[in-house]
Amino acid sequence: MTAPPIPPAAQPDWLTAGKREGRVFSTLCWLSTWSSVAILAVLLSGIIYQAWGWLDWQFLTSFDSQRFPAKAGILAGLWGTFWTILITILVAVPVGVGAAVYLEEFGRNDRLSRIIQVNLSNLAGVPSIVYGILGLTAFSRMFGLFGEQGLIKTTGIRWLGLDIPLPFGNTVVAGALTLALMILPVIIVASQEALRAVPPSIRHAALALGATKWQMVSHQVLPAALPGIMTGVILAISRAMGEAAPLILVGATTFVLYAPGDISSLSDIKDNPTGLLKAPFDTFTVMPIQIFNWAQQAKADFREHVAAAGIVVLLAMLLLLNATAIIVRNRSQRKMKY
Amino acid sequence: MAHSFTNVAANRPPTPPKGPATAAVAPAGQTPPQVTKFEVRDLSFFYGATQALFSVNLSIPQQSVTALIGPSGCGKSTFLRVLNRMNDIIEDTRVLGTALLEGIDIYGPLVDVVALRKRVGMVFQKSTPFPKSIFDNIAFGPRIAGVRDKAVLAETVETSLVRAALWGEVKDRLQDSALALSGGQQQRLCIARALATNPDVLLMDEPASALDPASTARVEDLIFELKQNYTIVIVTHNMQQAARVSDSTAFFYNGKLIEFGDTRQLFTKPREQQTEDYITGRFG
Repeated sequence: MTAPPIPPAAQPDWLTAGKREGRVFSTLCWLSTWSSVAILAVLLSGIIYQAWGWLDWQFLTSFDSQRFPAKAGILAGLWGTFWTILITILVAVPVGVGAAVYLEEFGRNDRLSRIIQVNLSNLAGVPSIVYGILGLTAFSRMFGLFGEQGLIKTTGIRWLGLDIPLPFGNTVVAGALTLALMILPVIIVASQEALRAVPPSIRHAALALGATKWQMVSHQVLPAALPGIMTGVILAISRAMGEAAPLILVGATTFVLYAPGDISSLSDIKDNPTGLLKAPFDTFTVMPIQIFNWAQQAKADFREHVAAAGIVVLLAMLLLLNATAIIVRNRSQRKMKY
Repeated sequence: MAHSFTNVAANRPPTPPKGPATAAVAPAGQTPPQVTKFEVRDLSFFYGATQALFSVNLSIPQQSVTALIGPSGCGKSTFLRVLNRMNDIIEDTRVLGTALLEGIDIYGPLVDVVALRKRVGMVFQKSTPFPKSIFDNIAFGPRIAGVRDKAVLAETVETSLVRAALWGEVKDRLQDSALALSGGQQQRLCIARALATNPDVLLMDEPASALDPASTARVEDLIFELKQNYTIVIVTHNMQQAARVSDSTAFFYNGKLIEFGDTRQLFTKPREQQTEDYITGRFG
């Protein structure tokens, strides 16, 4: 004996009412997600198409050329970016992480720290051109304190084998300090978030074992927060790497036929080790500024192909950095579950 | 009057013998004459304007287990954290009165709170392993105390794990993450970690409340073992546990110490009506 088949019931209205709305909404979300991906794909393929045939080894190993697009290269920008970002990291990371540790672990939750907190969030949103003006005044010109007309009649000092010009002028170090100021708020806020994500029980456990506050922070809290801090730092660095506006104000040069310290290859470091000490105080250019410069040239090849090749190089480096950030984050998420 | 804890307290195995430094083994059924470890006098505690403890007077004997019981929010955890000054890290708190550890006022101006916490270890309710290897978890205490010698560290790690009855389970995977251990193992790891700083007092804040019965039994056995060498103060919500493991029991209610005495006496013949109401389950 078989059971009689259940007759298909007519779907009542109340069962289907919300279904269509849900489908419309999810379609809209799908569209907004993929439209941004599509736009990125169009931009990327356009740029790569324009750069095709121009982005080659010669482009990566040559300095710029004023007249011949085929001879132009991004070498000066690559080395300039390397030195600028290196000094930016050396300045911004210790200061930023230190400030975050102070605010989260040592500072009292009083009026002053709340004011600092609010201002940090505001500073993170200040346009980069404003930092450029600040950098120009504070680092490139140093408020006119030094020099022939200044209060202190000097054009530089020697310290630990470094020839430091005063004021810094249009040098790598002035640009790097400006970029460091610009990304400091981002690094501080990201580091604070990472420190806050470390559960308080870890702190209590460390203190209960007789750790001083500094031992608690250095042995337990900072290592636990490090992946989060590193993600924030890498993202901030990639922002600094793509910046042109503040560096133009500080005085990065648009057309340069040398790398800072005259080091344009690894073998130069061996032949010319003193160049390493000179590089931070040399004039410079960076990749975004070179691209900006090419995009303004009269010759169409510069505008259409050389600039595109430069953009591809810059994008490749930024993607590499962001991928590193993602890998760091994923690996740490697997390792640390509280 | 007879209730469940009466039997638990009466059928307990005898207290293991004390070390030679302390008083001789007392005749069964009597509280042995004790050396006092902590002497708390007229202690009041404030969170901002809220008073959490009211003039508590309590003597905690050496090399024994003292249980603190009472309903939630009665101040027993606050009292426990007074003993190693963990309340100091909470802002806007205030202590009145004195707490003497071997006659020294731990809130006195010359006391280094870091040194105090090395002598008075603590185990928390939720196990709090550091996100590091088992070895590094245990070695943290000695390391921050300045021990660099690898052989000494390895020895400390082993003895601590042996004392916490965890060595057999983890000796082959000391370099594995401590977070991979089970909940019960993590709690014993935290006990081992506290022992590694070589304290003489161990404070335990509901150490077994998040554990399954088997793990709870292991932790209780461990407490029983440890009291031969350590003074243990344990906060617990589980009165069976208090009756099983402790030598003396303090009952807190609304920030006041209502009754303190020998565990057997407190659970069988409580002096105060409130104590009796609480342990028979009429409130709390």
